[in-house]
Amino acid sequence: MSKKTSYQLMQGNEAVAEGALAAGVSFFAGYPITPSTEIAEILSDRLPETGGKFIQMEDEIGSIAAIIGASIGGRKTLTATSGPGFSLMQENLGFACLTEIPLVIVNVMRVGPSTGLPTSPSQGDVMQARWGTHGDHPIIVLTPSSVEEAFHYTIKAVNFSEKYRNPVIVLMDEVIGHMRARVNLPPRSMVERVNRVQPNMPPEWYLPYERSATGVAPMASFGDGYRYHITGLVHDAKGFPTTNPSEARDNIRGLFSKIERGFREICLVDYELMEDAEHAIIAYGCMVLSARSALEQLRKSGIKVGLIKLGTLWPFPRFAIEHYLPQLKTILVPELNMGQIYREVLRVNAGKAVIEKLNRVNGTIIAPDEIVKTVKGMVR
Amino acid sequence: MISNSQLVNKYFRHSKKFPHIWCPGCGIGTILGNMLRAIDDLAIDKNDIAFVSGIGCTGRAPVYVDFNTLHTTHGRALPFATGLKLARPELKVLVATGDGDATAIGGNHLIHACRRNIDITTIIVNNYIYGMTGGQYSPTTPHGDKAYTCKLGNIERPFNISALVEAAGATFVGRTTSYHVLQLQNIIKKAILHKGFSVVEVITHCPTTYGRINHKGSAVEMLKWQKEVAVDKSRADKMSPKELEGRIVTGVLIEKDLPEFCEQYDTIIEQAQNQAKGKPE
Repeated sequence: MSKKTSYQLMQGNEAVAEGALAAGVSFFAGYPITPSTEIAEILSDRLPETGGKFIQMEDEIGSIAAIIGASIGGRKTLTATSGPGFSLMQENLGFACLTEIPLVIVNVMRVGPSTGLPTSPSQGDVMQARWGTHGDHPIIVLTPSSVEEAFHYTIKAVNFSEKYRNPVIVLMDEVIGHMRARVNLPPRSMVERVNRVQPNMPPEWYLPYERSATGVAPMASFGDGYRYHITGLVHDAKGFPTTNPSEARDNIRGLFSKIERGFREICLVDYELMEDAEHAIIAYGCMVLSARSALEQLRKSGIKVGLIKLGTLWPFPRFAIEHYLPQLKTILVPELNMGQIYREVLRVNAGKAVIEKLNRVNGTIIAPDEIVKTVKGMVR
Repeated sequence: MISNSQLVNKYFRHSKKFPHIWCPGCGIGTILGNMLRAIDDLAIDKNDIAFVSGIGCTGRAPVYVDFNTLHTTHGRALPFATGLKLARPELKVLVATGDGDATAIGGNHLIHACRRNIDITTIIVNNYIYGMTGGQYSPTTPHGDKAYTCKLGNIERPFNISALVEAAGATFVGRTTSYHVLQLQNIIKKAILHKGFSVVEVITHCPTTYGRINHKGSAVEMLKWQKEVAVDKSRADKMSPKELEGRIVTGVLIEKDLPEFCEQYDTIIEQAQNQAKGKPE
């Protein structure tokens, strides 16, 4: 990696691996699965060079378990997978949510359900990323729409996971994962690194799940002299299992409140040509590329259309849509699924603008022309 | 040896509300107590011990004791422990798991941990049944025995856990029962000192479920059965297969010196760093 900013040709999955290293990730556990395998291959080479560790586990259940274990040992951790592996990770993802263990899962989406269309692009795991593990839980899901963003969002994912003590999912589609593009990455010294807050009180005063003023409890690493208990059972401030209704409420509600406090910071949204827009396209991932191209053509035809690009899918950045609703007549949501974010947009819209969806689940992407045609039809 | 009151004072969590969840007559307390005696004999600092478990009656053991304790998901204690050990190789990582947790839902993790030879000590509490859910047959329920999901008798053949982990590559395998407490302590000590993946299988009794449905009598009678069927390896080696039928061979069954995973990974780091030095920036 060059010390000064310079242009490089890089693949999306490679950018994720570079982002992980830049963010200070020093432990990766994974299981081979297309189209995410490059991330594991690259990190198996690069981690030991920096004193970090890589392990190939027996399955994705073991992979996420191992990164949780390493995170408890004080490391910044990441794993990468695709749909079938992501399904296997749901059990321990819930464990990490309840026990508030920082970690990042990169899911390079392919067409499902089941083995589906391996290596073909999809955005079908949006709702699984939100609700895949059982029980009420908060989650942070970021979705890059370019190779350069794959680098930056991986860093943000690691930083958010450390700051909020919560698992963060990077949802990429296969297009972004395998696309090669020219990138301009900052030098390592310019990359912001956030580290989890560690306890500074004597061990006998430490309450591992007592939230500080930020809503997040300081996290001691195993082996640092703070002997405490971590359990997937609902627990009290000491970390011990409880069935007391008020302690159970504090445990579960506390998970949500820490994410609610960080809502604005966590929500990454960009707006393109939205100032005078009467129509909007809401897109994320590879659909942003088609939408941008469509936008250019539509503006040339005199249609006042803009783009709301979602970088964060969960928590859903409802304010981004609410802000523009008074000026919008129509909104189009193109997605490589049956309309998973479309439903969220409908919910936020509450009947104000005309919302349409454009969906594809056959392993191909939606081309700019199709978006142009659909928007023109809506405007008419 | 440490007295019982000293043991309770030094290792139990006083802030945790006792009593524990185990039934009267359960063997798990005996096993936990002797694990603590083994740790005390070895004079390992409490800060240097991570005690990891999965789900089930045995999975509840860590919460009561004053170490770095991690109660994970069903069958997954070993991969959690693997990540933790790699992140903090200086920690002594102990895993407690039951027969269902270790060999059914966690069977894949168990054999791969054996194969990797990572320096973790795993105590498998084998009581032949799923106790916490009320007595369903497990991968070690003997053929023909009853459980609440096979009231007419188990038609599946049981795993021999020690043979399974040996075949999978564990470099230390010991087996004993919850009756043989001195041997139990001794084997756990050896397992902790062993560099590599060590398994201690402890045969014990569940008087509440397995004992009741199979008319095995009280906990005391089940302990007597353990005393009767156990045969030390030194004696068993001189016995014929016919003589060994229905007996449980106890003692240190396997002890091999093979490269340990974390130590091997350290050499990978060294090689990778040397190679990287030669690379242009």
